[in-house]
Amino acid sequence: MTGDEACAEGALAAGCRFFGGYPITPATEIAEHMSERLPGVGGTFIQMEDEIAAMASVLGAAWAGQKSMTATSGPGFSLMMENIGLAACTETPCVVVNVQRAGPSTGLPTMGAQADMMQVRWGSHGDYEIIALAPCSAQEIFYQTITAFNLSERYRTPVFIMTDEIIGHMSEKVVIPPADQIRAEDRPKPQGRKDRFLLYKPGPNGVAPMPAAGDGYNVHVTGLTHDEKGYPVMSIEAQEQMMTRIKNKILNNLDDIIITEDHHLEDAEIVIVSYGISARTSMAAMQQARAMGWKVGFLRLVTVWPFAERQIRALAERVKAFVTVEINLGQIHLEVTRAAAGKAACHLVGHHGGAIISPDKVLAAIEEVL
Amino acid sequence: MYKQITITGFGGQGVVLAGRIVGQAAAIGDSLESTLVQSYGPESRGGACSAQVTIADGPIYFPYIQNPDILVCMSQSGYDKQYPSLKKEGVLIVEQDLVKPTDGRDHFAIPCTRFAEELGNKMMANIIMVGFLAAITEAVSLDAARATVAESVPKGTVEKNLKAFDRGWEFAQATLKGRRHKAAGQIGVVA
Repeated sequence: MTGDEACAEGALAAGCRFFGGYPITPATEIAEHMSERLPGVGGTFIQMEDEIAAMASVLGAAWAGQKSMTATSGPGFSLMMENIGLAACTETPCVVVNVQRAGPSTGLPTMGAQADMMQVRWGSHGDYEIIALAPCSAQEIFYQTITAFNLSERYRTPVFIMTDEIIGHMSEKVVIPPADQIRAEDRPKPQGRKDRFLLYKPGPNGVAPMPAAGDGYNVHVTGLTHDEKGYPVMSIEAQEQMMTRIKNKILNNLDDIIITEDHHLEDAEIVIVSYGISARTSMAAMQQARAMGWKVGFLRLVTVWPFAERQIRALAERVKAFVTVEINLGQIHLEVTRAAAGKAACHLVGHHGGAIISPDKVLAAIEEVL
Repeated sequence: MYKQITITGFGGQGVVLAGRIVGQAAAIGDSLESTLVQSYGPESRGGACSAQVTIADGPIYFPYIQNPDILVCMSQSGYDKQYPSLKKEGVLIVEQDLVKPTDGRDHFAIPCTRFAEELGNKMMANIIMVGFLAAITEAVSLDAARATVAESVPKGTVEKNLKAFDRGWEFAQATLKGRRHKAAGQIGVVA
């Protein structure tokens, strides 16, 4: 099946029962597949009037107690930004898939890119943390979509799956395990007296249990700065308390959230850093480099945000250089450079968008560094 | 084992479906790994399009094909564009009535569009080509390819499409037989 289909199947396996979307190449197949499959499992599919409304519907479904998602690409992603900020502020669990295509604006609708990596991190206004995963195959899209739902439920936060046109439309073998082998997490539910309930009072991992509207708890959801009750409070203290909670529930759980994959890092002098479709280019390049006896390793970022800063910083102490491979003109490359803090050279193998990067280009860059 | 197959043609010929059938047959029927990437323009009919299928017995990292082992051309423009990329020892397969190879290179040819018309629907040319490709190259097994064809075509057309597949398969067997005889110096002898 295609990466897009694998994403929809992963969502269903994770327990997603609401999809609100608006069709856009190259993400349409996710919506299509969900529209076919959701009614059969008691779920709801709605095609909204645009991406702004699509994102709003996803938040509404989440507060009604459903695991909910949407899928889009660049132009739609831009429209969703306002309500993505609302999701971050109201700590609403949901999953947003961005099957990236070349931009800016309408760009190249049928051709892939990885140029929304900074937009996903900072696209909505204000300070906040999000989680973004970048799987590199149809099989991994299936599993990471489940992971995305689990993380969003565990941390009450929007979680993003950043794929691209190439893996979205590529067909590969996907093995779907039996349902009893899939671990689908649900958000912690509040317990205790309903009249003393506080909507944003953090639990042990810094995350507040979340009721659904209609469960009998007092649920007040606002994008204004709010106190633990959820009521608007226009004070610097309330802002500080809210922001600390929103930031720390992610920053204090980095080891639980950040997934990376190491290849030949033990003796590596040069480390390729990559994610998503470009990780496949990087794997091919690394294998060719090793076959020639070059000491090249590969750090694959499965979780791109929060950024694997500690891993890069530790590697920078002992490697000669990093080579970041991504289909943009240097987004995660800047993060690698920042984390390396001058202790290792940082190079970019980038692309303007519209095509995969070939392993030859990566090898050429490595040869130059050697 | 690592086999790279590029199928080219124009939109509407079922090039991508042909690629999908080959890839799916290998991945599911033959328990191998496969990837399919495709390229096409914004138009759904008439524009150039291609399907790139990689089949391997291990992981496939880079899914795009620079120099195919097998090149299938369903249109002249596809041939003109892709032919230079074919590996030296690679196998060239063409739609006999639509593609005129421009050099004397050895190749396999099948008039699959004409055969499809004879079977009652020219839309099945791609399925005939899949049968031909499977038999000539052994990239996928007969059982896997047939079963995948049956799963991939619209309900109610399965029998017709299997017939089309078999037409391609049988034409390939006849072609191969002819070549064996030719190689044995028995030109003109009917076996």
